[in-house]
Amino acid sequence: MHELGIMESAMSTVLAQAREHGARQVHRIVLRIGALAGVEPQALRFAFEIVSRGTPADGAELAVENVPARVHCADCAADFDVAGGFVFTCPRCRALCADLRQGRELELARIEMT
Amino acid sequence: MCVECGCGTAVPFGIKVLSVLAPGLLRATSAPAAPAPEPPAKAVDLRIPLLAKNDRQAAQNRAEFARRRMLALNLVSSPGAGKTTLLGRTLDEFGLTTRCAVVVGDLETDNDARRLARSHAPVAQITTGTACHLDAEMVAKSAGALDLAGVRVLFIENVGNLVCPAEFDLGETLRVVLLSTTEGEEKPLKYPPIFKTAHIVLMTKVDVADALGFDRKLAAENVRRIAPQAKLIEVSARSGEGLADWYEVLRAALPPA
Ligand SMILES: Nc1nc2c(ncn2[C@@H]2O[C@H](COP(=O)(O)OP(=O)(O)OP(=O)(O)O)[C@@H](O)[C@H]2O)c(=O)[nH]1
Ligand SMILES: [Mg+2]
Ligand SMILES: [Zn+2]
Repeated sequence: MHELGIMESAMSTVLAQAREHGARQVHRIVLRIGALAGVEPQALRFAFEIVSRGTPADGAELAVENVPARVHCADCAADFDVAGGFVFTCPRCRALCADLRQGRELELARIEMT
Repeated sequence: MCVECGCGTAVPFGIKVLSVLAPGLLRATSAPAAPAPEPPAKAVDLRIPLLAKNDRQAAQNRAEFARRRMLALNLVSSPGAGKTTLLGRTLDEFGLTTRCAVVVGDLETDNDARRLARSHAPVAQITTGTACHLDAEMVAKSAGALDLAGVRVLFIENVGNLVCPAEFDLGETLRVVLLSTTEGEEKPLKYPPIFKTAHIVLMTKVDVADALGFDRKLAAENVRRIAPQAKLIEVSARSGEGLADWYEVLRAALPPA
């Protein structure tokens, strides 16, 4: 359950932002999660409920914006989106690729508060 | 602050009115007329890594390792894949000519550190309690407690876990993922995120592959499909097979002294 540690860290950023902006209540939090970030959105939600309890973010909506994996082919220089799965085969030259340009995101994207 | 008084004057970020009205804010609004105006809601767009604190510490670790001209390796695997056994033998062979240090993480006990204790290599145990992975701060503290004078290679044995360590950068130079023959050939397909981040994949315990009916070729192909970026070495800490290649890779990765 590393989602708990991730959410704890995220929550400290959220609360620092809320303080900085003089907010009393956080209503909505948007996360950007890459397809290859290796976290379970469901587990993140569960962790969020635990770590937000009794904080100004208690009861806030947690939204997740998914970021698809985008890969660069070293052989033919094509950039392609990965439809699914973890084997990155270049659609143009069939090479196996590893150069992930997008898809590992694990970011706090937006906070809505009053 | 305008949130307090509801004046809605310039604030250094986007403003968006939400339908939700926080209780207690009405008091402060300057217009007492009903219906009460909603307080301005703030929406801040950001791009802050959720693990910002860990990432910062990892960057500091990386800078410190570089300053010491030290190669730092983060060894990750399922529980029992053979990290400690491999490190013990590596200290006894490679470690005789190249000074090494180890920090080893486990939920409980200092058994692994005691197994690794050698007069020629400083070792520190991290007990994480409940955390299923090491983080950059634990590594900074434990490495800081060691005498790193002359140390060229720092091995960081992560908590046995193929999932959680993936997102936690420790500041390592190289990430080493171990896949043991007792786990079956499919591991890379089942736990792709960690294999995607590997610089080196070690297929361990190859001495018992035949007895287990483990197909080394198939496993190697699965590693290649998921992690074509990784250097794959097939090793046995028992028979010694492949260890010369492992030491050679370590030697080649050493930063110039
Ligand atoms: N046959 C064989 N057994 C091995 C080899 N390496 C390790 N083992 C055995 O595998 C078991 C686990 O090895 P460890 O080195 O403790 O594994 P580990 O990855 O450090 O385990 P944790 O720290 O608990 O995650 C022990 O019983 C070892 O003797 C090997 O190369 N060949
Ligand atoms: Mg161990
Ligand atoms: Zn291509």
